[in-house]
Amino acid sequence: MVETPLLERPKKLTVENLSILYGDQVALNDISLDIRENEIFGIIGPANSGKTSFLRAINRMDEMSDDMLVRGKVALDGCDVRSWRNVYALRSRIGVVFPLPVGLPLTIYENVALSPRLRGVRNKVELDEIVERCLSRAALWDEVKDRLDSLGSLLSGGQQQRLTIARALSQEPDVLLLDEFSIAVDPVTTMRIEDVLKELREEMTIVLVTNLVQQARRLADRTAFFLGGELVEVGMTEDLFRRQVKDQRTTDYLEGRFG
Amino acid sequence: MSEFNRGRRTVPGADTLGSSWWWDRIAQGVVFLGGISAIVFIVAIFIFVAQQGLGFAIFELDKGVFLTSPEWRPTTEPEPVFGGLALIVGTASVTGLAMLVAVPFSLGAAIFIGEFATGRAREYLKVLVELLAAIPSVVWGFIGLTVVNPLIIDLFNVPVGLTILNAGVILGLMAAPIMTTIAEDALKAVPDSYREAAEALGATRWQVIRQVVLPSAKNGLVAAILLGVGRGFGETMAVLMASGHSVNLPTSPFDSVRALTATIAAELGETARGSEHYKALFSIGILLFLVTFTINLLADVAVRGRRKRR
Ligand SMILES: Nc1ncnc2c1ncn2[C@@H]1O[C@H](COP(=O)(O)OP(=O)(O)OP(=O)(O)O)[C@@H](O)[C@H]1O
Ligand SMILES: [Mg+2]
Repeated sequence: MVETPLLERPKKLTVENLSILYGDQVALNDISLDIRENEIFGIIGPANSGKTSFLRAINRMDEMSDDMLVRGKVALDGCDVRSWRNVYALRSRIGVVFPLPVGLPLTIYENVALSPRLRGVRNKVELDEIVERCLSRAALWDEVKDRLDSLGSLLSGGQQQRLTIARALSQEPDVLLLDEFSIAVDPVTTMRIEDVLKELREEMTIVLVTNLVQQARRLADRTAFFLGGELVEVGMTEDLFRRQVKDQRTTDYLEGRFG
Repeated sequence: MSEFNRGRRTVPGADTLGSSWWWDRIAQGVVFLGGISAIVFIVAIFIFVAQQGLGFAIFELDKGVFLTSPEWRPTTEPEPVFGGLALIVGTASVTGLAMLVAVPFSLGAAIFIGEFATGRAREYLKVLVELLAAIPSVVWGFIGLTVVNPLIIDLFNVPVGLTILNAGVILGLMAAPIMTTIAEDALKAVPDSYREAAEALGATRWQVIRQVVLPSAKNGLVAAILLGVGRGFGETMAVLMASGHSVNLPTSPFDSVRALTATIAAELGETARGSEHYKALFSIGILLFLVTFTINLLADVAVRGRRKRR
């Protein structure tokens, strides 16, 4: 399947005329795009361009805050996310990694076992197996395998971020949303996580919001450029970086001539 | 260069003591006095109680009798009996029942206010709970006498309604608001990012509360419960009015009992200062003091545990 050219693959996420408002402040203005299966879709853009808001609309995190209003349509596998009666089932198919690692106040093991437990896995052997697999894939297993029972919050920042990635993987998600995951992670660890993401592409669709233009270049199949709530441009990452752009502002941003 | 040197010679504020400096000093002094006087009062009370009762409690009071005999006959001549068992059991049973009532009520209320109520409703509820906490205990005692008493008589078809059940319910309702407030603080101290992360994993609201919020607020919740227990132990007026105030080893919640605190309140005014009876009452005071002190200490340790884990 991965051999199939990108734009011939099925659409995993379809976004049509998506607008997001906080009160009367527009955070995202009438955006339409689609994200294909097994693609890493990069989103770049300066602060306040609406990247995080975009991610929050995908798994209906807006419903947690009263002041966030979402208009338009986001569809997962062609099915409008608003029409999912069970929002929890929707969210469990979508893994999220936040900019700053949120180690739940649980042990390392419990952090990863939480989501399988929530979906009803009780068998200890099976849980052990899931925990080991997810931690290994997040490139963390070797560092923590002897201290699975210590608190997740005692890990270093970079380790905690890998723990949250392991936790997201434990959901066995179809879609992984990453919001500036490397903001609190050192460059070496960042590279290791990037390698992990390249492998994960075989199994899931990844939306990668990043403030590192070069990170999008290294990882993303396609990249979208958001600016002040507008989708300025979306295209094959190679094309954008070969300056085959439609909008001058994209070049300016990629070359760091901005603001 | 000369600019720089000139600047150095007249660094503003280096050795001028402006009004803000003096205000700072005064504020420090006032705060210090306040803090010190609180400590002084507590120590003075402790010394007073100890002076009145400690010698008697240690050297004269028969501890075996005090802890095992249900006979509280402090005024029998020539041999008064100071058996505290009935009073201890009375206090413990009323407090125990009160906690059975208060813990589910207050935790439920705290979870509702902290996790489910939003906006206006939440603010109103918090104010309401604080109002409830401010009701004087004599009013609760009055409610026990005039409302709960006939209610128990009617509902359970028993001759008296001034019983463990009555006092326990009253005390439970009385302790619940303050426990709610503390428990709610503990829930509020759990960062929203935890809730968000757990919800993003696909956890339902209840799963988030059960698996993430309650465990991480555990110490604060334990502290809330312990403070409620302490409150129940120390409460006097409401228990005096609602428990029936009769020295009795209870066998069911429909028995009247007498509490340690109520005994002191009711009898101290009628004893001769320095008499055995008087000192025996102070011994009870010391017991209460030790118990509440221990409970508060435990609560404090629990809260500290919560801070340290962060
Ligand atoms: N909870 C909120 N309430 C009100 N306004 C918000 C809220 N969250 C975001 N906004 C506003 O929405 C706009 C877009 O914010 P968003 O967080 O999506 O930007 P971003 O692209 O993720 O920025 P960054 O790169 O700094 O993370 C900003 O102007 C921001 O001030
Ligand atoms: Mg953001």
